[in-house]
Amino acid sequence: MNCIIIDDEATARAIITQLCSNIPSLNILEEFPNALQAIKYLNQHEVDLIFLDIHMPDFTGFDFIQTLKNPPKIILTTSDAQFAIEAFEYDCIVDYLVKPIALQRFEKAIKKAESFSAAAATIPDDDKVETSSGNDLYVNIDRRLIKIDIPSIYLIEAKGDYIHVKTEDKNYTVHSTLKKIEEKLPKDIFLKIHRSYVINVQKIIDIEDNSVLIKKDVIPVSRSNRPELMKRLNLL
Amino acid sequence: MEHPNLTYINALSGGDDAFKSKLISIVKKEFPEEKAVYFKNFKAKNFKATAENVHKLKHKISILGLEESYKIAEDFEDRLKENNVSGYETFNAILQNITDYLETL
Repeated sequence: MNCIIIDDEATARAIITQLCSNIPSLNILEEFPNALQAIKYLNQHEVDLIFLDIHMPDFTGFDFIQTLKNPPKIILTTSDAQFAIEAFEYDCIVDYLVKPIALQRFEKAIKKAESFSAAAATIPDDDKVETSSGNDLYVNIDRRLIKIDIPSIYLIEAKGDYIHVKTEDKNYTVHSTLKKIEEKLPKDIFLKIHRSYVINVQKIIDIEDNSVLIKKDVIPVSRSNRPELMKRLNLL
Repeated sequence: MEHPNLTYINALSGGDDAFKSKLISIVKKEFPEEKAVYFKNFKAKNFKATAENVHKLKHKISILGLEESYKIAEDFEDRLKENNVSGYETFNAILQNITDYLETL
């Protein structure tokens, strides 16, 4: 994996470089004392992995991540354990290393990064959708397989080449089609009610004329799909 | 007060003396610079920036094996964020401890 190091502390950069030297699969391309220099570099070069310090003057590690359109895998390096929860809000963050970093812990983080690469590589680019197992659906987002609890999904909306998967807790945008995801979902729970929408019928709040209220979303029901929807309802 | 040591640096170098010397020279160069910025910000009563400096210095404290001092530094950093300077003298003693130790290397 081609890597870069971003840390304003020379000592930290030297330590990470040394840790990387123990792992043949890692190739350090560059190191940067601040995020802005790294952004310029990334505009012209592709990397697989970034070791990123959170605490940097002017531009923090999190600020840096938000500037990246397609961030590579990132391992955060910090003296603070307190940002761990925020860190895992970002799909690109593979691991979170608290300084001083021990070799054993570092190797574990690299294994995680490599397994993310392997998982992403097994899924063709044009078929990034889903692998379902039991109640779980795995979606590939930014080369990372994210697990979604199927019963928690209440709505799937098609938008161009993407689908928005809405769940009780979180929303996901996945490069896929409604047809592909429909094939992975249990047919007794999920129903296509419009060419752009699949809903979880168990989550319906009410139905009015040609629309369904599901959570806070009002979703149109097409004329052709309405009979099937009505069949699914336990009407009094 | 606990004594700094090279346990972490030795483990990291894995017998690579060239790396060990290089890292020690980086620490010897960088530590006084970070310390100077810390004192400057404290003198200017810019305590938020001082907290950032303490945060940065914590890494040096940890790689020199000063576990108790690290906890003191953490508490001091938190207090500085609230513009509370108590613990200044204690933290400065930690910095002096490191300064004295680095001079022996």
